[in-house]
Parts: sequence; structure tokens; C-alpha cells
Amino acid sequence: MISLKDVIAGYRGIEIIKNIDIFFEKGSITSIIGKNGCGKTTLIKTASWLLKPYSGNIMLDGESICNIPDKKLARKISFLPQIRIAPNISVYNLVMHGRFPYLGFSRIPHDEDKAIVENALEKLGLKKYRNKNVKELSGGERQKVYLAMVLAQDTDYIFLDEPTTYLDINHQLEILDIIKELKNMGKAVIMAIHDLNSALTYCDKVCLLDKGEIVIFDTPEAVYNSREIERVFRVKCDEIHLEEKDQSQYIFSI
Amino acid sequence: MLTFLLLFFATLSVSIGSTNIPLSKTFSVIFKGDRISKEFQIINYVRIPRTLAAIYAGCALSLSGLILQTVLNNALAGPSIIGVNSGAGLFTTLIIALFPAYITLMPIAAFIGALMVTLLVYFIAKKTGASRITIVLSGVAVSSFIGAITDTLLTLWPDTAIGRTSFLIGGLSGVTMNGIKLPGILISISFVAVFILSYDMNVLSLGDETAKSLGLNVSRYRFIFIVLSSLFAGSAISFAGLLGFIGLIIPHASRFIIGYDSRLLVPVSALMGSLFALICDILARTMFAPYEVPAGIVMSFLGGPFFIYLLLKQKRRVVDD
Repeated sequence: MISLKDVIAGYRGIEIIKNIDIFFEKGSITSIIGKNGCGKTTLIKTASWLLKPYSGNIMLDGESICNIPDKKLARKISFLPQIRIAPNISVYNLVMHGRFPYLGFSRIPHDEDKAIVENALEKLGLKKYRNKNVKELSGGERQKVYLAMVLAQDTDYIFLDEPTTYLDINHQLEILDIIKELKNMGKAVIMAIHDLNSALTYCDKVCLLDKGEIVIFDTPEAVYNSREIERVFRVKCDEIHLEEKDQSQYIFSI
Repeated sequence: MLTFLLLFFATLSVSIGSTNIPLSKTFSVIFKGDRISKEFQIINYVRIPRTLAAIYAGCALSLSGLILQTVLNNALAGPSIIGVNSGAGLFTTLIIALFPAYITLMPIAAFIGALMVTLLVYFIAKKTGASRITIVLSGVAVSSFIGAITDTLLTLWPDTAIGRTSFLIGGLSGVTMNGIKLPGILISISFVAVFILSYDMNVLSLGDETAKSLGLNVSRYRFIFIVLSSLFAGSAISFAGLLGFIGLIIPHASRFIIGYDSRLLVPVSALMGSLFALICDILARTMFAPYEVPAGIVMSFLGGPFFIYLLLKQKRRVVDD
């Protein structure tokens, strides 16, 4: 489990998130929602130790995160930023970068690393692209390649910043299914997300942020019933139950 | 193939010049070593140092540019643009103009100058957001300021051991074995280091956040790479002057040929840089023999059109910016 206690963090001395108490458990999907600029990205960057907090404690599986060396941490936590460079390398080489925390001084991958990379390519249906340049892929395919890299990194905790933004609906659903698959593999997936319907339908826990503070952190049902989403976003939110799929969907209106 | 070409041109470089020495004679002089012959004197004291200087300078400046372009994620980064050259140039000039007794320390001074200015540019850019364009803009601004100081020094002390024009254009005439000993060692050590770290360079080129989440200590490695880049450029500038162009075009030309994997790019850029410098130097001293033009001029004459040709040929492949 990753837990944050009384965490304050930000950039250049400006506090972006305050009084953060939250935890992320293995085998679950947590979404971080909130208006633009509320501190979603700052929260996941802090929880994944990419950003050092000004104060507060972050524990990873019972150990203070600040005592864990970089490489060891990278075997526990992976982070996929929203804005990434599309590198001019092959799909296989990019996915192999996921094994970087496990490579020795020579940086030569072992058979085990190669097998894990093959498995990640297979799982995400990327085998046909293995020798293709990442730059030549569409946004959706590129996102899958990065997820394959994360899969190859084989961490218990996966942080994703806006994993479905800018993707067409088909790729959005595909990515969300992959995220579900990661959860079924026992991993904790924590994602900052703008799509409130996906947050409420795909996740086990939802954390609603407003002005850098947590408004509510609970199950999707509890968050919906609290009506806090409506207050923070100043929208009306309705739940529609789809009988044939036995599933709820959420629609929003002003 | 590149190694073979390099060997071929290295042999050619030893044989030809204002006095042409046939290949058979060249080999017999090198291997038998008739120390009093005129050919031996030319080969041993002029041609071999000069050939080695071209190989070292080409390799070093090309790798300096490759490192900067990769670790700063900036296609426009090159030793001449980012401030490496101007820093090395200033400190080299300072030694020559004000402390000529310490002229043997020139490579160290050039390295310190290159490192100081590069770090200054990097920190200014970081302070203002470290976008790709701020790095280039702050590099241009700092380079121009430092260049003005260098120009002032060279104008006030016109009788320094190096000619102002030849230093600014860059060239390899008058290189001695002693002059390239220390830079050669520094370049060789840096080459081994950058070759070992080439995979880490690949990871760093994925961007700070991705590299960090893969367990790479980004600030430490970026600093190490900037030090290596400064070592390369500083060492080369100390004996070859401001040969800036190689550092910008050779890494790009290498990428056009073999792609973006630093594990291959490092040796290929080194070989291509050496080859390019060697060919330019051979042309510089043979085109108008017995007169010679600075190699820097030939480099720009050859390199500019060659680079434009590559851009046109590969117009569908966008240069990674």
C-alpha cells in the first residue's frame, strides 16, 4: 500500500496540494478527479515520488519512500506522464526500456527480460508493430506501447496521468480495458482523469480534489451520492442504469 | 565500412600534403623508421600529429554535439550554439593571452570554460522553465556575450601564440604531438565513459519524468553528460580552435544513417566526425597547395550543402526537435 499523510506539495515554493491523506491498495483502480488546475497531476507525481513534498509522510509497503533508492523504487512504482516525447526508436526498444530498473551495469537484457518484453507486446497486441518506429504510430497505438513499457516495468503501483485524453472512443475503451486487466493482475492503478463517467464506472475508488484539497475519497457510489461532484464542477450529474448490461453510466448537464 | 574509410583517409592524410610522399615510402618510413630522412621528419612531426588531431577533434566535437542534443532533447543543441565552444574559447584565449607560461594546461582550461558556460546556460534555461527553445536562446545570448570577451582579449593581445582568425575559424595546422597528448587522453577516456553510458542516454532521451520513473537519477546523469560533452569540446578546441559545425551536423547525419539508438550512435558519430574532419583537413591543405586554408572553412563549405542534401533527401523523416 502507498499512503500519504498530511502531505503538502507544489512547485517553486507555491503549495498546490494541501492536507493530503490518501492511500492506494494493490488490486484496485483509483481515479483522481477535479477541475483543471486543482492539483491532480501534482498529487500523483508526489505519491509516485517524482515530486518531493514540502511536508508530510509517504509510506510504500510500510517503508518511508524517501529511504528507497531510485532503482528499487522503479521496481515498485511506474509513472506515465501525460505529455511525453515520441521517441524515434522501435516499439521493441521502447518497451525494453521498461526493464531498465532491472538491468545490471552492462545494461544488457537477460533472457528473462526479453521474455517479459515479448509477453507485454503480446498482451497489448503490439507484436505486429515491434519493429515499427514509435513516431510513426497513432496516438492510441503510442499510448498502448507506453502501457506495454509500464507492463514490462512490472511494478505493483502504476500511476497514469490522463491516460485516455486525446484518444478516440475505441482507443479510450481499449486503454480502460487494459487498465482493468492490470488491476486483475493485482496491481494498483492510480490515474488522474478528466472523464468523470469513466472514473465512476471503471474505478474502485474516486478521489475528488478541489483547490488542492481532497473533498471526498470513497467508492464511486458514495462519491456520486455525496453530490460533491455537482458542487465542485457546478454541473448536474445523473445515473442511468443499463438493465441489459447491468451497469451504471453517468451523464452530466449544466 | 566507416572504420575502413577512416583507415584509408588516415593513411592518405599521412601521405599527402604540400610534399607528397608515395604510400610505399610512407609505410617504409613508419615501420622501418629512417629517423634522419626528410620524409620521416615530415611524417613524424607534421603528418601523424595532424592526422591524429583531425581524428580526435572530429570524434570529440561530434560526440559533444550528440550528447548535448540527446540529453537536452534539443535538435539545435551543438557545442557552438549551447555555449560549450564559447566557454572553451574564452578560457583558451585567457591562457594564451594572459598566462602563456601555462600553455600546456590549455585543454584543462578549455574544459573548465566549456563546463562553466554550459552549466550557466543550463541553469538559466532551467530557471526560466528549461523549454527546448529557452536553452537555445540562453545559449545564443551567453555565447554572444562570452564571444565578445574573447574577441576583446584577442584584439587587445594580437600577438598571442595563436592567430585570432585561425582560432575562430578552427584548423589543424601547426598541431604538435605534445599539444594533442593530454587532449587525446581526455577524449579517449570520455569516449569510453560515454560508450558505457550510452544506454542511459537512451533512457534520458525519453524525457525527465519517464526517465525518473524508470529509476534514472536524471539530474545526476544530465550533469555527468554535460561534463563529458564539455570534456570533449574543451579538449578539441584547445588544439583545433572553434570548429563548431561538426558538433551540429555529424550527429544528425549519423541519425539519418543508423537511427536514434545511442549505443550505435556513439561509435558511428565518433567515426563519422573523425572521417569528416580528416577529409576536410586533407582538402584544406591540398586544394590550394602549397597554400592552405583553415579546415573550419572547408568544413562549412562541405558540411552545409551535404546537410541540406540530407534534409531534402529525408524530407519525410522529421528531424527530431
